[in-house]
This record gives sequence, C-alpha cells and structure tokens, in this order.
Amino acid sequence: MKELRNSVCIVGVEESDELGTLPHKSQLTLHVEAIRNAVRDAGLKISDVDGIFTAGQHSPATIGEALGIVPRYVDGTTVGGCSFIIMVGHALVALHHGLCDVAVVCHGESGRSQVGVTPRRDTAIPGQYEAPFGFGGASTMFGMITTRHMHEHGTTLEQWAQVAVSTRQWAALNPKAKNREPITIADVLNSRLVCYPFNLLNICLVTDAGGAVVLTRADRAKDCAKKPVYVRGAGEATEHVSLTQMRNLTFSEATRKSGDKALVMAGVDYKDFNHIMLYDAFTSGPPIMLESLGFCKPGEGVSFFEQGRSTPGGSLPINTNGGGLSYTHSGMYGIFPIIEATRQLRGECGARQVPKCRVSLVNGMGGMLSAAGTLVLSNEK
Amino acid sequence: MELERPLPQPITPEAKPYWDGLREQKLMLPRCRSCRRAFFYPRVVCPHCHASDIEWFQASGRGKLFSFEIGYQSFNKAFKVKPPFVLAMIELEEGPRLMSNLIGIEPDPKKIHCDMPVEVVFEKLTDEITLPLFRPAGGAR
Repeated sequence: MKELRNSVCIVGVEESDELGTLPHKSQLTLHVEAIRNAVRDAGLKISDVDGIFTAGQHSPATIGEALGIVPRYVDGTTVGGCSFIIMVGHALVALHHGLCDVAVVCHGESGRSQVGVTPRRDTAIPGQYEAPFGFGGASTMFGMITTRHMHEHGTTLEQWAQVAVSTRQWAALNPKAKNREPITIADVLNSRLVCYPFNLLNICLVTDAGGAVVLTRADRAKDCAKKPVYVRGAGEATEHVSLTQMRNLTFSEATRKSGDKALVMAGVDYKDFNHIMLYDAFTSGPPIMLESLGFCKPGEGVSFFEQGRSTPGGSLPINTNGGGLSYTHSGMYGIFPIIEATRQLRGECGARQVPKCRVSLVNGMGGMLSAAGTLVLSNEK
Repeated sequence: MELERPLPQPITPEAKPYWDGLREQKLMLPRCRSCRRAFFYPRVVCPHCHASDIEWFQASGRGKLFSFEIGYQSFNKAFKVKPPFVLAMIELEEGPRLMSNLIGIEPDPKKIHCDMPVEVVFEKLTDEITLPLFRPAGGAR
C-alpha cells in the first residue's frame, strides 16, 4: 500500500443540516443532506459522484437511487461504527485504480428519533447466548472490557471520568456540539448509574445525524474548492463480534493491526501526530485504543487525558469536536472523526483549532473493539 | 406464568446438544478431537485448529468470573429480573468464556471481583429451556 500513499485526497466533508434530536427528519434525509453538503464543500456536483461507500441500514444502492445517480463502484462493508473509516481505505484503492473518480463515504442515522429505521433483531449468537441474561446494547458489553482493565491495570473510575471532562472541554468550543457546559470528574461520578462501571456521563450521546466525506485522486483534488487533505495511510482489521471471543479482553488486536498498517503505509511514527481522533462510545475506549495502537504500554492510556495533554491548549489534542461523548453520536459514529480531522488539517476550526495541525490520526472501532480502522491524514505530502 | 427472561432464540441446529444437556442439568461443551481444545459457542469448524471433527463432553461447571457489570436498569424489554443484577463473563476451567449472570451475591462492585471462583447453577425457564447461571464457588448455599 506504500505506493498509494498520498495518491488520494479528502476534498469535501460535512454533516447533515442539523444534528441532535430530529423527529422531523428520516434517516434517509439525514444521509442525503450530508452527501449534498459534503459534495458542495468540495466544489463538486452530485452528478460527479461515481463511487458510493456506505454502511449500516442503507445499502449503497439505496443511496444511489435516492441521489438519482448510477454509481459504477459501490461498497457496503458493515463491520460496525468504524466502517466509514475503513471505507476511506477502500475508496483509496478504488480511486487509485480508476474504478471510480469521485468517491463519497457517507452515513445517516436516526439513532435517537428512529424515523425511517429498520427495527433491530437479535441474530443467532446474541439472541441465543446473551439476551437471556439481560444483555442488550453496547453499555452491557463495553463495561466488561472496562471492568477487566481496572482489574488488570488498576485503572480507576476517576481516570475514566477524566476522558469525559477533557472531551467536554473541546465540546465547549464547538458550536455544533450537543452538550457544551463544562463538567468535573465529580459530575461524571455522580451522574446516574446505568451499568457499572458506567455512569451516564461515561456513555456517548444518542443522536440523529448524517455525515459524508468526498474523496478524489490527488491530481484532480487541486481543482476542488478546498485545500486537499492527503490520505497518507489506511489500515483495517476485524477480530470478533461476540465479546466472549475476544482473545485479550483489554487489548484490541484489530486496533493494533489496523494501526500498524496505517502507520507503515504513511511512513510516520507515533511522535509525528499533533492531533488524534478516537472513537469514544465510552470513556474507557480512547485510552484502550491508544494502548492497543502502541502509543503507550497497556494500562497507561488514561495518562493521555490529563489536563494539558489531550485538552485545549494541550500537547496532544484528542477528540477536538467534543466526541461521541459530547458532540454527536448517531450510532455509527465513524464518519464524524474523519470530518473533524479534515477540518483541523484545513485550519477551519475557529476557537478549537489546533495550532500547526499537520498530521492527524483517526482511529475507530466497530462493535466492542471488534473491528478497527485507522487513517493517517495530513495537509502536506 | 410470565417469564422473567427472554428465551434464547433462535436455537440453532449446531447448538442442540448444548440446550439438550442443560435440560438434563449438564453443561455440555464442544471440543475438537484433533487439537483437544474446548470452545464455545458451538460451531462446526474448530476455531483453534480449523479441524471439523467435533465431539461434546460434560464440563465441570467450575470457572472464574472473568469480568462483570452491574445493571441498574433493564437493557432488554423481555428481561424482567429486578435491577440491580450482575452481568457476568465466565471463563470456564476448560477454557471457553460465556456470558451469564452471577447470582447468590450482593450486586455491589466492592463485593464482586474479577477472577473469583464460580460454579454453575441451572435455572429452568420452561420444560425445553434451562439456562446456566453462576454463583460464588462453595457459597450461597
């Protein structure tokens, strides 16, 4: 993949017109709005799009139909919320080989209001082996990883809470974030107990939202409206779906493999990043992702979230949009960290702009650290 | 009588010996005849060595609490056990892990810890379905 480094650029990013609680908009509307807005951001037309990459309830065929176009390349790889991060890598390969010229990676989900969604049904494994014991929803699963991490590494509830505090400091600077008022560690620990070890403020929002990312080859990117953001590296992997099948409950092999692939392709080292976006469905996720990626030893990931490191003005800003914890989380969050990393690399972020942002890491999980996608993005070759 | 828990569904054909065993108060596990390792959930190819020669055997019912959570609300409409309840990931002494509930202990994170020894308790739901729950080993008698 090294020869594909910098061959493709992100040229358009945008969310749906609104984010939040939107009972007046269907899932398909959120999805189409995001695509229209991202294509406009790129200075392109919907009729230019000839590759559709989407995951979840909408097949790429549904989106092609809704847009009234006939894409000549489609991908519907659905491996959880990181699918969109993985699809940037898929789009890279397709664009590089000329299988399409303008790719859109896109998402729309009425996660909160459930307008125009297909009801979820348990499949054989969770329905047979998990539901009878009261499992249901991500918080009854990700807590297993979290409790075990506390047992093995001595991590504390206060340390997880710091992740929520840091992320909220960024949300305060993002006008699009849902929850912007500052919080303290005590606020997190005193919020409603949902499922030990999680209080409410350890858990991401549930919102209605859409997002889209437009990509094209570097030669064509020069003609687009905004400064191109180069895809320097991309990696993916999947390990398990059921949590009982995860080899090491506190270390994600899929995350490590996806990160190694992306960093090698990009030719960068951990110290080269000045901005990081991590999929924060739960406060314990980002520290464990940093450990799994190799930024630090197992058990040390929480130290990245101390005041002055991940926070505004800190040495290594993390989740600068306010994250799934405070900005938006529709269910499959993975498109949104790509949008934020692109905006930071373009220098469009106003009060929350990371100074001299040159190289950004985007890492996300699907399911319970089950699948992973990693991108290395940069505003220079 | 209204059931307190959702029934497992669908029961898949490859898992029939598991559910048949539970009905007779036996925790049955699949094991690979080639590499001799047990695994769970049931499937037709060994996830360790990928051989297809699978046998079933009765597990000891002993293991440890690999990890846990405490539910303070229901997460599943058909699950009517009164919260708080303990969601448990059990590591059986034969190796495989499975999801269950820890019962016979106060649902308090100060009293429950990872790696505590546990043993199976059979909870009959219907004439067809019995579930494996776990309690602290040697306790809750």
